[in-house]
Amino acid sequence: MAKQINLTIDGMPVTVDEGTTILQAAKKLNIHIPTLCYHDDLCVAGNCRVCVVEMKGSRTLPASCAMPVAEGMEIMTNTIKVRTARKHIIDLLLSEHNAKCTTCYKNGNCELQELAAEYKISEPMFIDLVPHKNYQMDAYSPSIIKDDSKCIRCQRCVRTCEELQHVSALGVAYKGDKMKISTFFENPMFEVVCTNCGQCVNRCPTGALVERNYVDEVWQAIFDPDKHVVVQTAPAVRVALGEALGMKPGEIVTGKMVTALKRLGFDSVLDTDFSADLTIMEEGFELLGRLKKALVDKDPSVKLPMATSCSPGWIKFIEHTYPEYLDNLSTCKSPQQMFGALAKTYYAQKRNIDPAKVVSVSIMPCTAKKFEADRPEMRSSGYKDVDFVLTTRELAIMIKQAGIEFNALPESHYDSIMGASTGAAVIFGATGGVMEAALRTAYEVVTGREVPFNGLNITPVRGMDGVREAAIKIEGTKPEWKFLEGAELKTVVAHGLTNAKKVMDAVRDGRASWHFIEIMACPGGCIGGGGQPIPTNEEIRKKRAEAIYREDAGMPIRKSHENPEVVAIYKEFLHEPNSHKSHELLHTHYKPRQRY
Amino acid sequence: MTETKELVKKLADKYGRTRESLIPILQGVVQEERYISSEAMTEIARELDMSAAKVYGTATFYSFLDTQPRGKYVIRVCRTISCSMKGKNLIVQELEDMLKIKVGETTSNRKFSLLETNCLGWCHKGPAMLINDEAYTELTPEKVREIINDYMKK
Repeated sequence: MAKQINLTIDGMPVTVDEGTTILQAAKKLNIHIPTLCYHDDLCVAGNCRVCVVEMKGSRTLPASCAMPVAEGMEIMTNTIKVRTARKHIIDLLLSEHNAKCTTCYKNGNCELQELAAEYKISEPMFIDLVPHKNYQMDAYSPSIIKDDSKCIRCQRCVRTCEELQHVSALGVAYKGDKMKISTFFENPMFEVVCTNCGQCVNRCPTGALVERNYVDEVWQAIFDPDKHVVVQTAPAVRVALGEALGMKPGEIVTGKMVTALKRLGFDSVLDTDFSADLTIMEEGFELLGRLKKALVDKDPSVKLPMATSCSPGWIKFIEHTYPEYLDNLSTCKSPQQMFGALAKTYYAQKRNIDPAKVVSVSIMPCTAKKFEADRPEMRSSGYKDVDFVLTTRELAIMIKQAGIEFNALPESHYDSIMGASTGAAVIFGATGGVMEAALRTAYEVVTGREVPFNGLNITPVRGMDGVREAAIKIEGTKPEWKFLEGAELKTVVAHGLTNAKKVMDAVRDGRASWHFIEIMACPGGCIGGGGQPIPTNEEIRKKRAEAIYREDAGMPIRKSHENPEVVAIYKEFLHEPNSHKSHELLHTHYKPRQRY
Repeated sequence: MTETKELVKKLADKYGRTRESLIPILQGVVQEERYISSEAMTEIARELDMSAAKVYGTATFYSFLDTQPRGKYVIRVCRTISCSMKGKNLIVQELEDMLKIKVGETTSNRKFSLLETNCLGWCHKGPAMLINDEAYTELTPEKVREIINDYMKK
């Protein structure tokens, strides 16, 4: 056990582990200290100073987020000196901040705005420096808009990009009053190594980094009588949307969300889960095909381990960082793009609608999906397969704009076709989920039996550890898969690109014997995606993941190959996994990009 | 390999490829090429296996690590208060008149760049300026004319 330290905060005694910060100790006493640069997921920076407190015996005010406790410490969090200092700090931040709050995208969801309100900064005491600053705005990326005039230089984004993602597309440039958050040579975000993951957007306390929003475009499409607007919802949205509409983390709102989408006026409310199941079929058979080629045909050109390709942040990361391993990626498109390609082909045919009139919208927990939908390869239907990508947050905006009381909504079911889901598809939203879904199907295809895990729950691939390995011994194979008899299928799961790097370095250095790799760009997988409700931290992500697994456990069908609509589409349209038609519509290729 | 690529590789061989090697390498590039181009920064990032944005951040932090092309002789006039009070403005005016450029600019023959700098530590002998690594103090417009004339002949 760690050494115990006794101190008092505002006269109240508290005992905490050695190494605890004053901020954490105060939290234990339910004392709220304001913060801006501090974030649960990131290392301590101590640069905004808004968390200052008074410490007996100290002339200066220490930053409580950075100061560890010491025996006998006497801390005061609410004195005239502390409140004046904090007020001045906030006021100084505002003197360099473009505080046009009413027209800001983050209006109502801005930590600086909240603090200014709390400390009643009504009459600024410092000169407004904004007109004298040559602030830049970068609005070229299809995913993320960066507005330096809103930036308070807390560097949460810089730490996010470095610590969680090992990308460091954003850094700190210049110094003093010229200091700014900058990409390499201040190039636009879309030209640098940025993966569009949006983790910086999730953590930015102000409106300096926000998603590019397509809310108005989608409203236009909905109210255009000539258009047939279909919407697909990603698995992770249904366990997080509630948070943006006043509910607690971990609530499953699938039925309410479907009702809300119908009320918004979408012509057909469908499920990305359907195409997630389809992904499992395509990707599962692709993996088995690669194993066969490697083990039976001894084809040296086969690339193993095979890596998942659902996460567009991960795809852009590998294109920049490990371009020599692009052939190891599954050629499967992500579920979003599979859905898009089918919406304007299979769906349009079946529903007898001119595909030119179909507008395909997706609701995603992700900002990188916006970039993915814009990729030139993603036009297999002859049109842009996915026209508009909205984040979970943007859907919440639309629901509020429509005057819908979300909490009071009745539940309803997805439309058909392409609205059927399974538990396997739902868990795509959590790290390890694609792996688990793939194993549920692949094992059964090969052996004719269910995976040997209690209740189909492949617990070794679940959880929040950064890199998790699991192996499954394949026994009792069907005759056509005899070459796999006795083989051990080795898998690894990683989430957050820093962990992806660990896995890829192991592959590159020949330290790995995995067959199948699942990588999700965001911490926790899609439930922690860059388009999810703000705030985020490990506790919130765990609650969302628990909800995902609850949803899975409650589904009547929990294996992708048993999804009736997936069975039907193979029968009527695609014929078999990895068929010529599948390759045309559901598979893609990647392009190497510059690391620097 | 381009010249810059070779230079960066040579510097990395000399100073190492860890984070601490970054500043000596940047200084080495400035010494050879008078400024750090985007190509040079990209090469440094590659050699040190670090993010290009971080190399840019470090290079822009230090005033003496130029990120824009400079002339052969970089003149830096002290702009801080002691030199200001001793007539730094007259010095700058004289330099601008002689070189036909403004502060922040470089002559078209790429011989001179004129910049202002923070305190050079010559407050007792202001106004002061640096030309490359050479300090000149107790300047007057006449003295500046002499000094620059010498450099023009070089």
